[in-house]
Amino acid sequence: MEKQRELVLAFESSCDETSVAIIENGHKILANIIATQINSHKRFGGVVPEVASRHHIEQVVGCLEDALNEAQVSYDDLNAVAVTYGPGLVGALLVGVAAAKAVAFAHNLPLVPVNHMAGHIYAARFVEPIIFPALALLVSGGHTELVYLAKPNSYEIIGETRDDAAGEAYDKVGRILGINYPAGKEIDRLAHQGQDTFNFPRAMIDEDNFDFSFSGLKSAFINTVHHADQLGKELNHADLAASFQQSVVDVLAHKMVKALRKYPVKQLILAGGVAANSGLRERIKSELQDFEDVSLLMAPVKLCGDNAAMIGAAGYIAWKAGIRADMSLNAEPSLEFPLKK
Amino acid sequence: MKVLAIDTSNQPLSIALLEDQQLLATMTTNIQKNHSVTLMPLVEELFERANWQPQELDRVVVAQGPGSYTGLRIGVTTAKMLAYTLNKELVGVSSLEVLAGGFPETNKLVVPLFDARRENVFAGAYYIKAGKPEQVIDDQHISLTGLCELLQAYPQVVFMGKDCLQFKGQLLDRFSSEKISFAQKNFAYPQAYILGLLGEERKPVNIDHFVPRYLRLTQAETRWLKNHQETNHEPYVKKV
Ligand SMILES: [Zn+2]
Repeated sequence: MEKQRELVLAFESSCDETSVAIIENGHKILANIIATQINSHKRFGGVVPEVASRHHIEQVVGCLEDALNEAQVSYDDLNAVAVTYGPGLVGALLVGVAAAKAVAFAHNLPLVPVNHMAGHIYAARFVEPIIFPALALLVSGGHTELVYLAKPNSYEIIGETRDDAAGEAYDKVGRILGINYPAGKEIDRLAHQGQDTFNFPRAMIDEDNFDFSFSGLKSAFINTVHHADQLGKELNHADLAASFQQSVVDVLAHKMVKALRKYPVKQLILAGGVAANSGLRERIKSELQDFEDVSLLMAPVKLCGDNAAMIGAAGYIAWKAGIRADMSLNAEPSLEFPLKK
Repeated sequence: MKVLAIDTSNQPLSIALLEDQQLLATMTTNIQKNHSVTLMPLVEELFERANWQPQELDRVVVAQGPGSYTGLRIGVTTAKMLAYTLNKELVGVSSLEVLAGGFPETNKLVVPLFDARRENVFAGAYYIKAGKPEQVIDDQHISLTGLCELLQAYPQVVFMGKDCLQFKGQLLDRFSSEKISFAQKNFAYPQAYILGLLGEERKPVNIDHFVPRYLRLTQAETRWLKNHQETNHEPYVKKV
């Protein structure tokens, strides 16, 4: 007997991408429309929340229309509406939440609230099913965390950044090097042409926890460049980038390995915007060779950034588990996974 | 015609269901609570009271601004998405006009205003003719001083809206009490029934292009425009 198809319509608007997707059975993308505002925020050197919110409201209907057309489905075919309700920029989130509620109400569909970070993890679901228990290393512009997944719909933080997220550090360092926002891709490219000659600090690497810190690295980087400037010395940008990236990757890999030793899991998931970084991907791949029983699942590079497909994948699992929101659903800008006890 | 009217442009929230210009159900709140939490449960409740199915709706009318940016976006996103997804008509009405629309026939110039902070207001000016507001001065974001200059030429002016009372002293410093007056409390809050009546007569808009009338650029854009020109740039938003 043919398995009946189950469709989730998903909305994502937590930062500077408006996205609407339609996902079949939790792992097949029928449509994933993404309208990115990068060109707008480039003017300001970073995302301006009010500008982002204004763009979302301009885009949201067009994205839904394109998604329905591309997927060739009607509202009658849908089973649920999933939406990112946090974390993120409150004004931006509210547009997606209001849009999703309107569609759910209009067509009497269940509304499924999705944590944006669960979405990032489930971007990996488009490669292969997740095997539990799993550990996710989530690295993005706003977050750097290790998340333990005991079973579907269970997300527990075992370690997180105490200050800047890794992606934030990339953008700040990029600014020093005169690289346009967002800087991650360009630093990654430069890093491959240079050597780790500066040996920047690896913060908290020896501490007995799974937390991260990147603000010290950022300061060390800035001081090094300023000091050279004062002496009228020009430092090699490729070496600077390589040294910075090496420090970030070392810390992430080291803490991940430590976590894998403490929590025996079947799978390691690498996800989040910075998970597109090739230096990080290579390193994680090589570290995982020491863990024969742990399979590696990396979110596809093109789904590492924010998109609604990943929200649809996480939303499908939540919908199956009976998670529902009513019409009073609000944006929760500081939404976080619980800490693992 | 079945109309849903929504005004979330400031702290008061007002929604109404109208059928052929008759009021079926309405709810107005003035509680300091997020419109995101309040709006849709109330819409749901009014539909239940009126025994309407979403599909029966013919038109959504929304207060398009000016007002609080976040408040406007909640109302406008909800309205445009409902209209789009149900394949119904959408109409936007000035949030200031909604207030003016509640004022009785008068020879005075009616000036609804919202506080926009730092001695600025969102304001427009209307004459009420045959029970309907007729725009005389465009809705705009303007300093209180600038507004007073615009009003010099008019013999009699009545200010409306709950925010106008906080400017009462300053306005009376500039104008005589013969020239200006302040609308009574019962006209201070927007009524979605009036919004619905005003919106029923308008031509429906392009839903995809519909956005709030903020009447003001963001600070970041204003600053940027001081040193840059808005020409020949790549599209700010791109589908990838
Ligand atoms: Zn993200």
